[in-house]
Amino acid sequence: MQNNTNRSFYLVPYIGWMLLFVIAPIVLVVYFSLFDLHGNFSFVNYQNFFTSVYLKMTLSSFWYAFLITAFTLVIAYPTAYWLTKTKHKQLWLLLIIIPSWINLLLKTYAFIGIFGVIGPINQLFDTLGIGTKQILYTDFSFIFVSVYIFIPFMILPIFNSLDKMNHSLIDAARDLGSSTWTTFTKVIFPLTINGVKSGIQAVFIPSLSLFMITRLIAGNKVITLGTAIEQQFLVTQNWGMGSTIAVFLILFMVIIMILTGQKEKGALSNGQIK
Amino acid sequence: MDRSSKLSKVYLALVFVILYTPIFYLIFYSFNSGGTMSSFKSFTFEHYKAVFADTRLIMILINTVIVALLSALLSTAIGVIGAIGIIFLKNRKSRNALLSLNNVLVVSPDVIIGASFLILFTMVGVKLGFASVLISHIAFSVPIVVIMVLPKLQEMSSTLIDAALDLGASKRDVLSRVIIPYIKPGIFAGFFLALTYSLDDFAVTFFVTGNGFSTLSVEIYSMARAGITLTINALSGLLFIVTLLLVLGYYFVTNRTKNPLRTGVSK
Repeated sequence: MQNNTNRSFYLVPYIGWMLLFVIAPIVLVVYFSLFDLHGNFSFVNYQNFFTSVYLKMTLSSFWYAFLITAFTLVIAYPTAYWLTKTKHKQLWLLLIIIPSWINLLLKTYAFIGIFGVIGPINQLFDTLGIGTKQILYTDFSFIFVSVYIFIPFMILPIFNSLDKMNHSLIDAARDLGSSTWTTFTKVIFPLTINGVKSGIQAVFIPSLSLFMITRLIAGNKVITLGTAIEQQFLVTQNWGMGSTIAVFLILFMVIIMILTGQKEKGALSNGQIK
Repeated sequence: MDRSSKLSKVYLALVFVILYTPIFYLIFYSFNSGGTMSSFKSFTFEHYKAVFADTRLIMILINTVIVALLSALLSTAIGVIGAIGIIFLKNRKSRNALLSLNNVLVVSPDVIIGASFLILFTMVGVKLGFASVLISHIAFSVPIVVIMVLPKLQEMSSTLIDAALDLGASKRDVLSRVIIPYIKPGIFAGFFLALTYSLDDFAVTFFVTGNGFSTLSVEIYSMARAGITLTINALSGLLFIVTLLLVLGYYFVTNRTKNPLRTGVSK
């Protein structure tokens, strides 16, 4: 008995942290979403959310997030795959990870210079005779920079699942006469689906909520759910509406987590294809 | 076979080039005596001098480091104690509940963490500034420490603790001489991660920082919105070196403790 109380004593600061910074903030966001600008209790924010302005914004936010995730996956999967084939793969992986540790703002800032009207890309265009193009403040620059930022976060989980994969299964597939492509689609990809799922989680949810890249690179043309929340909280000071968008973002997040959720039932389920 | 391996090398090289180009681009122009990031005039250290001459920027740099160190220390303390508490918890259901709540802040978008903490601090009456930034950095670092420490605790066999108790060790001895040394690599990894999360954080800080207090990320954001200044480039050069040292430090700390056999076995 004495032992038990002593042990649960360890949980006191941790549970205190949890109540204050996990549960209380969520409760407060939901609570604030129920108040209009004048502090009156109402569902007006929720009504507003279902008007075309916010629905369009939500849809475009999802579309951008989808594009960013898709491009990131297409670039990251082969990278992760070939990384596992290199000799000093842990070292190469570390080199892939290092850029993700460089301050996000700095990397974004670099693209202001690179994509600028007199930046190197436009200088190249000029010498090629294409002529100067507006690259900054376009959808392209927004998606490019976001994909750039997220690539390491997609590579890491895919690399890990590829690395854990049992290679005799590939040999078996080869022995049984399957082509390289069949081996990939029927054996390798299904075996690494969990890595892909965690990669998608790590990219899609942040993509919905980016706001500094939209401000710096997309020049306020792209508005994601994150941009809208920042706008409502810090510019318009409409915490109620901001909280409402936050509530929906949390809901979307939960849905995505469930969709890309993994059942951890040992190694067997890894190979299962539904 | 040969062709595909060549292709893979070209592809990997391309990815590496793209990943590093912006960083070296920034550093390259930090030595430019011209005022832009497009034409290189001549080599100069003036922007680095400008960084060190700017007392406001230096103050912000010091603030950022203090917040990072303090928040990493405190969140490591809370996280390690929490992880030990979770391990001692025998009830599976409450253990899983705690673990999923633990992950809420890890997967939550920064904007939501920032906005909800802003509400929290305003409701409780914490003045926005150093305190609110520090508290939120501790708050979002705790779950990361827990995640880094838990696997180490899980792989530790409970017979180790029983043996220590049988040999007459007090509970405090068990903690300080058996558990803590065993999970040390996890603690270090958690501390380093918390440190880098704090140094890197922009969105959360942006929400909970008041007028008088700023961290590096927030400052770079407002500088970048105002336009290109090569002071940021010089700053990025300095930060790149610091980050590299941190990453290497982290790499050696976590790798030194790995089972040496593993490197021999894995291909």
